[in-house]
Amino acid sequence: MPKDPTIKKILLIGSGPILIGQAAEFDFSGSQACQSLREEGISVVLVNSNSATVMTDPETADAVYIEPLTPEVIEKIIEIERPDGLIAGFGGQTGLNLTTELAESGALDKYNVKLLGTPLKAIYDTEDRELFKQAMEKIGEPVPRSRAVSTIKDALALIPKLGLPLIVRPAYTLGGAGGGIAYTRDDLCRICELGLNRSRINQVLVEESVLGWKEFEYEVIRDSGDTCITICNMENFDPMGIHTGESIVVTPSQTLSDNEHQMLRSAAINIIRFLGIEGGCNIQFAVKDGKYIIVEVNPRVSRSSALASKATGYPIARVAAKIAIGLNLDEIRNDVTGETPASFEPAIDYVVAKIPRWPFDKFVTADNTLTTAMKSTGEVMAIGRTIEEALLKAVRSLDIGMSFGDAGTGTGTAADDWTPDRIRELLRTPTDQRLFVVYHALRTGFSSEEISELTSIDPFFLQKLGNIIEIEDRIKPGSSPDPKVLRDAKWIGLTDERIAELAGVTREAVTDQRHDHGILPAYKMVDTCAAEFAAKTPYYYSCYEDECEINPTSRKKVLILGAGPIRIGQGIEFDYCTVHAVMSLREEGIETHIVNNNPETVSTDFDTSDKLFFEPLTLEDVMNIIERERPYGVCVQFGGQTSVNLAIPLAKEIARRPDLDTQILGTSPDDMDLAEDRKRFNQLLAGLGIPQPEAGYATSKEEAHVASDRIGYPVLVRPSYVLGGRAMEIVYDSDDLDRYMREAVRVSPDHPVLIDDFLEDAVEIDCDAVCDGTDVLIGAIMEHIEEAGIHSGDSVCVIPPQSLSPDIMDKVRDYVTRIALALNVRGLINLQLAEKDGVVYVLEANPRSSRTIPFVSKAVGIPLAKIAAKVIVGKTLQELGYVDEPVPNCVSVKEVLLPFDKLPGADPILGPEMRSTGEVMGVDHDYGTAYYKAQLAAGNRLPTEGTVFLSIRDADKGRIVDIARKLRSTGLQLIGTGGTVAHLRDHGVAAILIKKVSEGSPNVVDLIRAGKVDLIVNTPRSKQGRRDGYEIRRAAVDFSVPYITTIQAAVAAGDAITVAAGKDGIGVESIRELCYP
Amino acid sequence: MNAVIGLEDGTILHGTGFGSECEVSGELVFTTQFTGYEEALTDPSYRGQILMFAYPLIGNYGVNPDAFQSQGMQAEGLVVREMCDHPSHYQHKESIHEFLEREGKPGIAGIDTRHLTIKTREHGTLRAALIVDGSSSGIDGEYAVELAREQPDISEIDLISQVTCKRPYHIEGSGKKVALIDLGIKQNILRSLERRGLDISVFPATATATEVMSAGPDILFLSNGPGDPTQAKSAIGVVSELAGTLPVAGICLGHQVIALALGCETYKLKFGHRGANQPVKDLQSGKVYISSQNHGFAVDKDSIEGTGIKITQINTNDGTIEGFEHPDLDVLSVQYHPEAHPGPRDTEMWFFDRVAGRAGGE
Repeated sequence: MPKDPTIKKILLIGSGPILIGQAAEFDFSGSQACQSLREEGISVVLVNSNSATVMTDPETADAVYIEPLTPEVIEKIIEIERPDGLIAGFGGQTGLNLTTELAESGALDKYNVKLLGTPLKAIYDTEDRELFKQAMEKIGEPVPRSRAVSTIKDALALIPKLGLPLIVRPAYTLGGAGGGIAYTRDDLCRICELGLNRSRINQVLVEESVLGWKEFEYEVIRDSGDTCITICNMENFDPMGIHTGESIVVTPSQTLSDNEHQMLRSAAINIIRFLGIEGGCNIQFAVKDGKYIIVEVNPRVSRSSALASKATGYPIARVAAKIAIGLNLDEIRNDVTGETPASFEPAIDYVVAKIPRWPFDKFVTADNTLTTAMKSTGEVMAIGRTIEEALLKAVRSLDIGMSFGDAGTGTGTAADDWTPDRIRELLRTPTDQRLFVVYHALRTGFSSEEISELTSIDPFFLQKLGNIIEIEDRIKPGSSPDPKVLRDAKWIGLTDERIAELAGVTREAVTDQRHDHGILPAYKMVDTCAAEFAAKTPYYYSCYEDECEINPTSRKKVLILGAGPIRIGQGIEFDYCTVHAVMSLREEGIETHIVNNNPETVSTDFDTSDKLFFEPLTLEDVMNIIERERPYGVCVQFGGQTSVNLAIPLAKEIARRPDLDTQILGTSPDDMDLAEDRKRFNQLLAGLGIPQPEAGYATSKEEAHVASDRIGYPVLVRPSYVLGGRAMEIVYDSDDLDRYMREAVRVSPDHPVLIDDFLEDAVEIDCDAVCDGTDVLIGAIMEHIEEAGIHSGDSVCVIPPQSLSPDIMDKVRDYVTRIALALNVRGLINLQLAEKDGVVYVLEANPRSSRTIPFVSKAVGIPLAKIAAKVIVGKTLQELGYVDEPVPNCVSVKEVLLPFDKLPGADPILGPEMRSTGEVMGVDHDYGTAYYKAQLAAGNRLPTEGTVFLSIRDADKGRIVDIARKLRSTGLQLIGTGGTVAHLRDHGVAAILIKKVSEGSPNVVDLIRAGKVDLIVNTPRSKQGRRDGYEIRRAAVDFSVPYITTIQAAVAAGDAITVAAGKDGIGVESIRELCYP
Repeated sequence: MNAVIGLEDGTILHGTGFGSECEVSGELVFTTQFTGYEEALTDPSYRGQILMFAYPLIGNYGVNPDAFQSQGMQAEGLVVREMCDHPSHYQHKESIHEFLEREGKPGIAGIDTRHLTIKTREHGTLRAALIVDGSSSGIDGEYAVELAREQPDISEIDLISQVTCKRPYHIEGSGKKVALIDLGIKQNILRSLERRGLDISVFPATATATEVMSAGPDILFLSNGPGDPTQAKSAIGVVSELAGTLPVAGICLGHQVIALALGCETYKLKFGHRGANQPVKDLQSGKVYISSQNHGFAVDKDSIEGTGIKITQINTNDGTIEGFEHPDLDVLSVQYHPEAHPGPRDTEMWFFDRVAGRAGGE
């Protein structure tokens, strides 16, 4: 059917901030959908609160709204934009839930908006577990025996009938949040309580367990003409009982016979047909001995469909968008071949492996058991010609400093206590370490049968791990391996580094030996058709086979290193920067290549760059590409710490190779080191006369004490060269310091511990800038509105600053400019500063892209990463016309999302170590409204009725009275601790006195737990105050109460609540109208 | 074991041998399906061909005779990137190596199969020879190339006589009667017919019209089979004689035979369609079905004018004919494999219900 002529304008809902269970995949699918629809002449209106996405660039859609994702806000956008249709399937669970709410409230009917793609009934049929069961039974598809319940009592009554263990699945939640496996009656009570709480409709499904069955997924597409095709299937390495998002997954299935594969494929088609979905759909099966049951259906594009798109080259989101406007599959061109239509099933001639990336390095106390609820923040994908090759590539793509080598010898941190009994326990209870545990077990002589018995992992996969060990064992210590062994080792996927480790020679020796024997990788194309047709996709992976399919051009080429998996501290922002750098260099006529391994991202879309290398980000893998393509330069500054860390090794390796003249573009590795190396950096600043907090270094406990005593407690301690403030802590006394030094040594033994004066009560400041060596373009100065000592990545911040004097601002500008020039920065630089008592201190300088680049770029309306990319290849800021600091038209507030609710056992405390997974942007003409929008977008509803708790330090008391009056005038009750209440009463503001936490019960924590507090404003002043603060925050997280820690934020909240309580509420405007010149 | 594959263009690839120590020659063809090696290797249509899988890992779930499409392995040899000698499946009876060894057929692993696929795509199907040798001395690749070059073109070989049944047999059913000419039939075609209760009389490829009519059939069915359809002279004659008297249906080679009998021409595709992902568009419903295919020849679109044939289905990849009907002569024929095994089952009901319907005189 040709496209529906009545659809001219479409509203697309994004998925909001990055959370556990919802990562960059919706930026990828949403951006692709926008492009796909606009190609067809459709005008696209997009709404998303996540400013770190490519999709929220004003160029992506005809109108982009960076606004909170609530039904009320979206209805306002509909009222302004009057779209003809709404596509729900591209915004993940968030998009589906919003669509349901808009439909139920009558908003879609009111404005005559047609729901396209996923029909409402399909959302109900798949999200409501009871309806789902009925639907599947109607078409004869088997589902586990189950019952949907709304009370714990009803759940318990099911135990005799269904037996334990039981699986609990809440309705309408993301990534299985709130669900779990109940082995006991107590488990069932606990999990149901949480699950009922989380579900939008207070419902959970209690289901019989199929633990240990094998799990498979099918990605299906259907068009309005009822053509159904499957894009690919996937097999989980891990059995049922581990959420598919938490499983290692391979594509295609490996252990299904054709009979079984076709049985599941037919069932998948049967289901999508019955649900009437026009677009993409993901179906999960549990399989045992030729029997299957349907586990779950996702009636939308998903993380799995992003993976399937990257694994096959078939652009699911692009095709699904065209189907939503009425096109049929055979009317849509397959851009990969350029000739054949999209109505075919991809054939692949390689193996794809996906491994999740977990945040347990950041949350050491969190329970790292893998269950039916997601805990991972991101994932990596790798492509090889064998399982072994794909798995080994995926492991090194994780960038976790852990390899099979560590697991085998027990030298890794976690492997230390892997006794046989402990191994057995770990095999039985899966954790993030599972793959390494299995490898270690095989290495130490466990039989494949025993491992399979304990893990329910198919022996097929164990055999593959065994094959790796077999090859490793052929490498004899003491000398370089013979060429035959070397070839076999490379063929199976071992790195030069691993071979060197086993042979007891240097990595360089192995690399050189490999070159001498001509053992070099070949690059194969991902072409959707297993080479049946000549394809045009510039999408490659490496292997050690004969024929290389790359034909390097003689054009000027640049290789850009991506950011790898989404993790805490290195999120989607760096993919945004990578994509912008690519776009910018392509505008300059430079052939631009990307190397990256994250399947969720826009950067790994095959039409983003001139060539995409889906490869790990390691020295060897990147060098191999450089050798083959011989680009004139490599960009390391856009992909975050992963790519920055490769700068020096790459420079060294290129220098070792006289035949290569590739340069590291941008700021030189030595200047990057100057900024990273505390000692050198301190000297630089001292020379420039720029103040820094008092600082010291220590390589031992004794030295640490000497330095701390000199500086004076509290001090900020951290190991050098870390990402996202890892292992950074505020230490209050010498006992604290002893404990820290015991633990910190493990983090980075090669580098000293850094000790800085902790500037209590300072205002922290961030600044992003671009430098071309002559001029410095300041993107924006950001003021943190969170107490000092909290990692900048976790801080709420505002552009323009609201409390800094012009004098301070000028000082910041001056320091940023001088430091950027002194570091010879070419491209981006981010500085973190602090102001205390009129003095501006520089905390750190990072000559690379930062996580605030997309936020700043949107707040001030200029593309900083694009400008930086052009500067890096030789353009000057003068030439580009960007010299003057932009003046923001509006106020923009960035708020963060914390994962504590998804990680049982994690300490919900903010500090110098970064904890947040994602961010949202609130933007409006005034601070109060912008702040309100940011809070709303982050899910923190500021109250317009109820009770506000105030505990304010003396320094801030002067400003609290005004705020308190505003809060009272909207009808809020005030409660507070002694000093604060006295101060308020003195100024004629009524407030109720309650105890401090340290004064015993009943205190604010008790009231929070009783649901009697709706907002907390606590500006702490001392160690004790801070400790109190931790307890209050924990209660606030558990009971979802908004929590404010600075007077700046309190001012904003006062204004915000006034706005929210006003008659009209908040207004909406597109980002172009708000922020762009 | 050492192994080598040599192609007529002089390409030589050394790899690891498995299966039986021997040498074979034939056309090297590739299939893109990632499951279904048991069905494909036992499909008589692969006679005269060395079968290469584009998917690199073959043998993962072992070999289970329940999946076989004929008595044993029909392809001359097997080419894979990696052969799995530790299969894992609850139904597996032997490994792919053991199967080939028992069948006396050679296999080669550990070579860049994608390289050979691209070569085939670019040059068209190439003749090849595969040698597996257990001795420790090296294998002569040049000799394999020579063997490949000595091999006659597939169109010159009578493959059908190697795979058709030796004498007629009968599968009793309660329904209408099918006379089936076996040009190298896959078992699942029989199963699909049986499932509909049809009474089937199977005849060798050389059966005459009189012999066929002696079964008192309600429909004539032409099976799949190997090689060039012009080799099926007897079957072409039978169809010419009986079309109009009886409804006629066919699959794959049978489809081509029917076309030839009705006055069309066939031609050899550059490298054929082999896989489980071929899109077939039904021109009446507008729906696209995914089909299993295995054919090196096709019916020439330009030759159908004046034959009364109506094209009903086409391949959306290259526009080739996937199905036709002849309304006057009551003919229904498809190029792809609706019986699946291996491959998708999208069209099983569509096709075989119609066949049963025609036999019922609808």
